[in-house]
Amino acid sequence: MPEYKWPEADKRSLIGKRHSRADGPVKSSGKAKYSSDISRPGMLHVLAVRCPYAHARVTSIDTSEAERMPGVKMVQVVVEPGKPNAETQWFLDHVALVAAETEEQAEDAVRKVKVQYERLPHLVTEYDRTAAGARARPQDAATTGDPDTAFREADVVSEGEYGARFISHCTLEPHGSVTEWKDGRLTAYLPTQALSGSVSQFASPLEVPNTNVRVICNHIGGAFGSKFGPDKWDIQAARMAKAAGRPMRYFTERNAELIVSGGRPSDFATVRIAAKKDGTIIGWQSDAWGTVGPSDRGAAPPLPYVFRKIPNIRTRYTGVGTNTGPSRAWRAPNHPQGCLLTMCALDDCAARLNMDPLQFFLKNISLVQGGRPEDYSTELLKCAEMIDWKKNWHARGDKTPGPIKRGLGLSIHTWGGLGHACQCDVKIHPDGSAEVTMGTQDLGTGTRTVMLVTLAETFGLPLNAVKLNIGDSDYPPGGASGGSTTVGGASTATRRGALDALEQLFQKVAPALGVPPDQLEAVNGKIQVKGNPAKSLAWKQACAKIGTNPIVARGACQAQAARKEKLIDADVGGAQMADVSVDIETGVVTLNKFVAAQDCGLIINLKTAESQMYGAMTMGVGYALYEERVMDQLTGRMLNNNMEFYKLAGLGDIGTIEVFMMTGKGYDERGVIGLGEPPVISPGAAISNAIANAIGVRVPHMPFTPDRVLAALEKGGVA
Amino acid sequence: MRRDKPKTPERGRKGLSRRDFFRGAGVAVPTGLLASQAKAPKAAKAPAGAAPMLGPGRVPITLRINGKVEKLELEPRVTLLDAMRNYLDITGAKKVCDRGTCGTCTVIMGGDAVYACQVLAIEAQGKAITTIEGLNAGEQLHPMSQAFVNNDAQQCGYCTPGFVVACKAFLDKHPNPTREQIRRGLGGNLCRCGTYTGIERAVLEAAKAVKGGSAHA
Repeated sequence: MPEYKWPEADKRSLIGKRHSRADGPVKSSGKAKYSSDISRPGMLHVLAVRCPYAHARVTSIDTSEAERMPGVKMVQVVVEPGKPNAETQWFLDHVALVAAETEEQAEDAVRKVKVQYERLPHLVTEYDRTAAGARARPQDAATTGDPDTAFREADVVSEGEYGARFISHCTLEPHGSVTEWKDGRLTAYLPTQALSGSVSQFASPLEVPNTNVRVICNHIGGAFGSKFGPDKWDIQAARMAKAAGRPMRYFTERNAELIVSGGRPSDFATVRIAAKKDGTIIGWQSDAWGTVGPSDRGAAPPLPYVFRKIPNIRTRYTGVGTNTGPSRAWRAPNHPQGCLLTMCALDDCAARLNMDPLQFFLKNISLVQGGRPEDYSTELLKCAEMIDWKKNWHARGDKTPGPIKRGLGLSIHTWGGLGHACQCDVKIHPDGSAEVTMGTQDLGTGTRTVMLVTLAETFGLPLNAVKLNIGDSDYPPGGASGGSTTVGGASTATRRGALDALEQLFQKVAPALGVPPDQLEAVNGKIQVKGNPAKSLAWKQACAKIGTNPIVARGACQAQAARKEKLIDADVGGAQMADVSVDIETGVVTLNKFVAAQDCGLIINLKTAESQMYGAMTMGVGYALYEERVMDQLTGRMLNNNMEFYKLAGLGDIGTIEVFMMTGKGYDERGVIGLGEPPVISPGAAISNAIANAIGVRVPHMPFTPDRVLAALEKGGVA
Repeated sequence: MRRDKPKTPERGRKGLSRRDFFRGAGVAVPTGLLASQAKAPKAAKAPAGAAPMLGPGRVPITLRINGKVEKLELEPRVTLLDAMRNYLDITGAKKVCDRGTCGTCTVIMGGDAVYACQVLAIEAQGKAITTIEGLNAGEQLHPMSQAFVNNDAQQCGYCTPGFVVACKAFLDKHPNPTREQIRRGLGGNLCRCGTYTGIERAVLEAAKAVKGGSAHA
């Protein structure tokens, strides 16, 4: 049995270097086919009839006129009057689906479906907890240590309210699918983060065996946690496809996409921190609340975040039920909110103590849990160097004249990122070609490239000599891409499978080289006697000894075993610092510079790893300054369910982003750890702290839009 | 937020824009309802001085996309974007916002970058249309597409085709762009994964590559 480990640093020819992503050319040439690009012969276009109210009961639906419209093939009622599901719980939830020959015909027919509603009372806003009445339900409460004594004995107690409003995933490719039946078997072209797992999620409600479902996803236009299994509309469309005997194409219209397909729940909290004069934190108390949407319960934000070892803690969380679309996992679920509520409160505490927050964080770094304390210190100091903290930081409130005030802010974060369970087949063909096959998906994070780098590295081949097949659920089962678990899982399974396949190849080749198989190695395109390039066979010659059938080895990642082997690990740390300018006359916040230092164990592809950082921080600028689901309590509607008023950051909005990856000794030995979520956690907090540093007052709620900045300035600060 | 949009056709251009159409359609509703059963293409009468009324049934439409002539019969309300995606299987341009905000449907029409969701197919007739597929019809990647690969200016890739086309059209007009020009001139395209840092580098690299004559431009 081979020894399952990563090659030593001096033996790596591909791992850790910068590689262009394998699917770059098909994407940048427009050839990549996404699920929403799929067109099947005879395909019908499906559009939804949507409820205009936040909370209503459907009392009647008349589809007769719609059914007579030109091109209409089927009208499927999904919310049936008189049945338990007749109550709709959020604006634009769908009540019927219409299938027609063309999208235009479906659009016309949707308008002809006559639906009668009985309107019911609704609540769509939660930031004012007192207005929520009985829909605010105390959910969790916990105490460790003796907070009352801590607050009594504190030299300084700081107090504040902080909050992060609800944001949407706003994936560019909408949710939906193309579904087609042939000989009793469903093929679903579904944008999904969980390709293999989606099979049973189709099969079960459709009441067909799992063997009768195939899910395909070659490319996916953004997911960020909102696209795991099929949605109810995908199941309904699949049923319609079966009944009509025609493929169905359903993708959510943008105005509905921004409300029905998930989002990141809001979180608000009043926080008190107790500290000693020297800056030692001794107590934490938080009273948090946020929307749980139509659910009974929601997940409380992790509080206090990262600084979990504060000795005396009291936390409470209240979930507020609202008539809004449900929340979904949003990249690093709950962490950005927990991070904002914690790091802003700590920054305010440092200000109360008249301490530089960098010194305050460093002083208390032993209180962190998740990630290694020494890594956070190193990362904070690295960021400080990148942003020139020493020169640019000043006490609260930029005292320079003029309306533009500049400030610096910081934050730290952690994430697990342990590789998930998954399997692949590694094949070496007699002609020397080699491939790895797994029922996984590449969300744009670079999974394809990571698997190819791992395979080529293990075989001692150049990157372009190996092939990869993913995106089809008929392949060996991959894991769900959630929680930054894919890079660890997919690289481990590939490495293990490749090492096993290589061992089989060594057995075939050993007689020709006159040594036992365990004396062979694969390097530089050759199978050679260890350390002796003169005694070797070229890869192709070696493979010619395989015989007629290829070598096949199944590679698997079992998280705990792989962690013991140090192929993977969990718990990373990272620090970020923002440099902002705030115009105190207009309230507009501009990013000057945004820096990050991040550890994530062994990096397989430095180029795509850095892209995760740039991307997450750009997304972070968006949610810190612009993004917000604006609900109107009077009508129950979302007011900005379009992309001109649900604002994403643009190219000119992000300032200069610089990232530094912690690699080499002390990091690489840990094995591979996921990176997708960690860098998206801190931006809100770092930017909020920078604004407070610039204008001398806290803007409590995120996003930090001009109106909120001006409202905060009314209460104090430099204005 | 800085957003310099690609040109939309209603800015003093000839022909019938999507907005003109909607304005006209308001007047022509009764005619439209009566004509809805008509199978043959039919032109409705327009009030004097207004744009000519077409449809609402299908009308013959001829498009020239990537040098190829495409003959279609479409309702006049069909956008260039829907015509390409739903009727021609040209899917590089993506449908995301469908109202001229995000730029994922950017194509080059008569030399200008336009949002294909804001152009009616009937209005695109007689104009040379280039899509991402047209830029990459050859064996080699277009230098702009190659620069996106080199600088990892893409993640999920859904905004990428529109962005590449917008960058190409931008470079045609600003062959030596400054960073500030890039940030203003490409503010009309949005990316959810946050690939702007790479895109900025890609534009600068492609500007050099095109000048160096290293590849077809």
